[in-house]
Amino acid sequence: MTGAFRLAQGGRLDRSRPLGFSFDGKAMRGFSGDTLASALLANGVHLVGRSFKYHRPRGVLAAGAEEPNALVTIGRDGRRTPNLRATQIELHEGLAAESQNRFPSLRHDVYAAGRLAAPMLPAGFYYKTFKWPPGAWTRFYEPAIRAMAGLGRAPPSPDPDRYAQRYAHCDVLVVGAGPAGLAAALAAADAGARVMLCDEQAEPGGSLLAAEDATIDGIAAQAWLAEALRRLARAGATVLPRTTAFGYFAQNFLGLAERVTDHLASPDPSLPREKLWQVRAKEVVLATGAIEQPLVFSGNDRPGVMLADAARLYATRYAVRPGTRAVLATAHDSAYAAALALHRRGVHIAAIADLRARADGELPAAARAAGLAVRTGATIAGSLGGLRVGAALLGRNGARPERVSCDLLLMCGGWTPSVHLFSQSRGRLRFDAALDAYVPDASAQRERSAGACRGVFGLAAALADGAAAGGAAAGASGAPRRYAVRAPAAGTGEAPGLTGGGRGKAFVDFQNDVTAQDIALAAREGFRSIEHVKRYTTAGMATDQGKTANMNALSLLAAAVAAPVPTVGHTTFRMPYTPVTFGTFAGLARGDLFEPVRTTPMHGWAAAEGARFEDVGTWKRAHYFPRNCETMHAAVARECRAVRTACGLFDASTLGKIEVVGPDAAAFLERMYVNAFARLAPGRCRYGVMLREDGFVLDDGVIGRLAPDRFHVTTTTGGAARVLGVMEDFSQTEWPELDVWLTSVTEQWAVIAVQGPDARRVIAPLVEGIDMAALPHMGVAEGHVCGIAARLFRVSFTGELGFEINVPADHGQAVWEAVAGSGAAHGITPYGTEAMHVLRAEKGYIVVGQETDGTATPDDVGLGWTVGRGKPDFVGKRSLARPAMQRPDRKQLVGLLTEQPQTVLEEGAQIVLDPGQAVPMRMVGHVTSAYLSPTLGRSIALAMLAGGRARVGERVFLPMPDRTIAARVVSPVFYDPEGARLHG
Amino acid sequence: MLLIDCPFCGERPELEFSYGGEAHIARTPDTASDDGWTAFLYDRTNPKGIHAERWRHVHGCGRFFNALRDTVSDKFRATYRIGEARPELE
Amino acid sequence: MAEAARRDALSLAAHTHATVTPLSACSRFVLRGRAPALAAAGAAFGVPLPREACRAAVVEERAALWLGPDEILLLAPEAERDAVAGALHAALTGLPHALVDVGHRSAALEVAGPGAAFLLNAACPLDLGTAAFPAGMCTRTVLGKCEILLWRVDAARFRLEAMRSYADYVWRLLEQARRDWTG
Repeated sequence: MTGAFRLAQGGRLDRSRPLGFSFDGKAMRGFSGDTLASALLANGVHLVGRSFKYHRPRGVLAAGAEEPNALVTIGRDGRRTPNLRATQIELHEGLAAESQNRFPSLRHDVYAAGRLAAPMLPAGFYYKTFKWPPGAWTRFYEPAIRAMAGLGRAPPSPDPDRYAQRYAHCDVLVVGAGPAGLAAALAAADAGARVMLCDEQAEPGGSLLAAEDATIDGIAAQAWLAEALRRLARAGATVLPRTTAFGYFAQNFLGLAERVTDHLASPDPSLPREKLWQVRAKEVVLATGAIEQPLVFSGNDRPGVMLADAARLYATRYAVRPGTRAVLATAHDSAYAAALALHRRGVHIAAIADLRARADGELPAAARAAGLAVRTGATIAGSLGGLRVGAALLGRNGARPERVSCDLLLMCGGWTPSVHLFSQSRGRLRFDAALDAYVPDASAQRERSAGACRGVFGLAAALADGAAAGGAAAGASGAPRRYAVRAPAAGTGEAPGLTGGGRGKAFVDFQNDVTAQDIALAAREGFRSIEHVKRYTTAGMATDQGKTANMNALSLLAAAVAAPVPTVGHTTFRMPYTPVTFGTFAGLARGDLFEPVRTTPMHGWAAAEGARFEDVGTWKRAHYFPRNCETMHAAVARECRAVRTACGLFDASTLGKIEVVGPDAAAFLERMYVNAFARLAPGRCRYGVMLREDGFVLDDGVIGRLAPDRFHVTTTTGGAARVLGVMEDFSQTEWPELDVWLTSVTEQWAVIAVQGPDARRVIAPLVEGIDMAALPHMGVAEGHVCGIAARLFRVSFTGELGFEINVPADHGQAVWEAVAGSGAAHGITPYGTEAMHVLRAEKGYIVVGQETDGTATPDDVGLGWTVGRGKPDFVGKRSLARPAMQRPDRKQLVGLLTEQPQTVLEEGAQIVLDPGQAVPMRMVGHVTSAYLSPTLGRSIALAMLAGGRARVGERVFLPMPDRTIAARVVSPVFYDPEGARLHG
Repeated sequence: MLLIDCPFCGERPELEFSYGGEAHIARTPDTASDDGWTAFLYDRTNPKGIHAERWRHVHGCGRFFNALRDTVSDKFRATYRIGEARPELE
Repeated sequence: MAEAARRDALSLAAHTHATVTPLSACSRFVLRGRAPALAAAGAAFGVPLPREACRAAVVEERAALWLGPDEILLLAPEAERDAVAGALHAALTGLPHALVDVGHRSAALEVAGPGAAFLLNAACPLDLGTAAFPAGMCTRTVLGKCEILLWRVDAARFRLEAMRSYADYVWRLLEQARRDWTG
């Protein structure tokens, strides 16, 4: 037994697989093939949630993606996923669902008392009411309202699941595997196209899954479906069930979300929960069907009030009797199919209230023939009941409504094509007055709509339309395949509008609790555009995006302002069609795959030495090397002292490197850098400064000339790609006549910096083919180190005698270890980026991006000497000639010494001249770098100070939140200003 | 994600490209007045409609090229190599 | 033919098997220059350099891959490094060009098997069907958040190169994708 309302036979259920599940902790049974909604209904549960604003009891309204009411939270293995539609949740063993937006329980909800105050909560209420006193909104009103209103709670912990992503390309993507979509996919596959077919449901088939009395080509519809899927598989088509096409982007790029594990009782933990397919299709066929629209009448939201065709689906596909005594209110023939299906399954049809004056179609005739009571020209004035509908109030215009008792009230306001994806593709919609709906008009992309989503209703018409669309999409020649169909007619309907005259709430948007009265109020207050009405009333703004609300809102607004529907316009259809979990978008890009973590060839050595690493861009660089339980401060001080007194070892591999080669290489660098390179001799290096065209420092680095036509250019770690891009730009677009070519060699070379007075003694035993004594400061030579072909630079970023050994990256760690071994006797000490920064700051060497901020010229940072003023042109030269670039009060690089030597300034701290002035003070500069210098035994800082070089010796002040720090302006070179140590 | 027609490699996904600002702005450091140079640095047409702009197939052939893109529809109307004249659109 | 094209790279059921294997070191040079230099280089290298965009040429153990209109990647066995450099240097004297040794800057992987294209498409946005990306095609592109060089050596075999510091990311990305998509 799986519920008192389960029919003994029928449905697409696997009755050999009964399943246990729970709802709000209560154990229930269902079958494989059920949705949570169908299983709840089979157990007689109609009350499934409380509404967003008024906490009204709500039941299952629909049977698919459009469900606005039956939102639940699914808990699983500590995970919580809120706001899932019960109509789309496949039942599995152990499924645990909870209702939402109720306290303490679904049946007894304290906030439902808010219903008493409901007349005070019309549209725009928040905007008008909670404005006073100032600040109360964030402190009081918003928290209180959020506690009362809203949907499920977001999970508090990180998502434990994995999500996969992929790109896919195909000739024809068909969205929707109902009859139109299947016929389109078959036609495209027959024409030899690469076909993808996706459908949001657990199994393909769409309306065929609930089709009774229909045959296609002489076989039952569901047998034809099975054969169609076999044919598609044989043709190599990719058929994706449980896959929602949620977004349609430019150039036929669509996002599909495939649900992989949510329907499994105990999924393989290695499976991703969902998969994102990013599909580029040459052609797209949309076969997304249509959505039945509710009627707007007082009390149209009680549990037990349901869309008519949803009830038919529950009866036929899920073998559920959704009630015992039904009243139908309709403006469309299709509700009669529901009445007949329910009637055949033993549901008493108390009345069919047809809002139209006449109902003469094939379906109404069949209903009458079956003895069902049909009232035409009827109205529905409202419903009665508490937690379940108990009666319908049916009338005729002018007459007093009659109370007709029922436990199921079905409504059908007609069908609106699902044009969401079409509209997202920027296709133009057209209002079809006969259908009372918007339908696709002109496609904006290589796209076709087929079947009900373009207003072509009925099985035969859908198959024919799909076959034509699929064939055309695949470029098939010849007439489309014809299917011989026997099926009930689709029927027709009329626009229902607001029916009856009930005084209670008549809901337009169930999920956001927007009523017909709210729309009328908005119209009275002067809103005319549907886009404004949407935002004012929030109609259509919930997670269902108004799938069952928008058309009624349009109709009501049009009626209220006495304008035709098309003049009111329609709101924008946005992605996603149904909500997609964030994890699906993140995909692989999380955890240690969030972004690449780049490591140098010597990373393993540093890690084994216990180095602490810091992120520099996407690189991991050794920050410092603590020994035993050393603090960072102690480690950095020790590393700095080793460099100043003996020898330090530093991994500089992340520096950008570009090999600039060609007969015009020197001429090119002359134009790219401020410096003169033409007369730089092979074997020598120069410190180069590169500007942007606006004259501000972009990057710097040492440039070595290996040969007349070959330079080894280094850049900052973070600037490598940018500098190469700028160089390529000028080479390709500004000076294409120059014979010069650029090649990134950043990763070709491991760079081992050996710095300190003992540096030469450490590496000399390892070097072959280079006269170490003859290699001058700022010299470069090619030779061998440890037998490996190497480029040896004599350069210093510490102020000490220094070398940088470049060896091919595969050899980096071995050479590094050899240098460490050779240096052991000299006390060689590995040092990290923190010590590197301290050492360079002691020498007043700038770091681009730290001392500079995109507004510093070379002269500003004390590098005016690098500028080759005689050169006819270089990037940025013209800008340096502008008057503003030469003002004496520009911020200039200076040193600061705090009067309290152990006080370390904060980087970014602002400098003022007079600490006693009124706030806001006039700020004249800021600190760019500040360290405790182990060499000097006191704090040092670099700063950019207006007219700073003329202020050397002056006293300045740095106001901090708790005190004001006094400092003295000094030269930025704190240590060895003569540079004697560079020469060992 | 857009497809962009690299003049060397053909249609490729937008991910492979980087944007390079407005095209056809002549660099004349020798002759520009201060105002003219300021305009070179900072003034851009920012049209509603067809915009000539520079792109680089940075994760592909590495080439800079020019494109005509409609800033209203975000559609690329033409791409052409550096040095080629701006094509006429119908 | 239509049948083969249709089954290409997309069908889940048939094409899920792929292996990812690191490739051993080799000699690599970037050769850049104008047409006369590139023309002369082919003879010296022993492989006529591809002039068609995004194509590779192979002669025995050596290959020349078009990276850009003035940029060719030369691959050769590791032991032939000096021989290649010497031969090209001799042949290109007087012809403006740039020949740069990049043998250590990248790491190479082979992605092979009937599901190779399907696996790569987990993070590579190109159409890797054999019509759009036939054997012999090569190009720089992206894989996840990393630039790669992708060369379809034959229908079911790709050579993938990434800058060496990205190699670990690429490897783990492909391993994760393999678990996600091919079981």
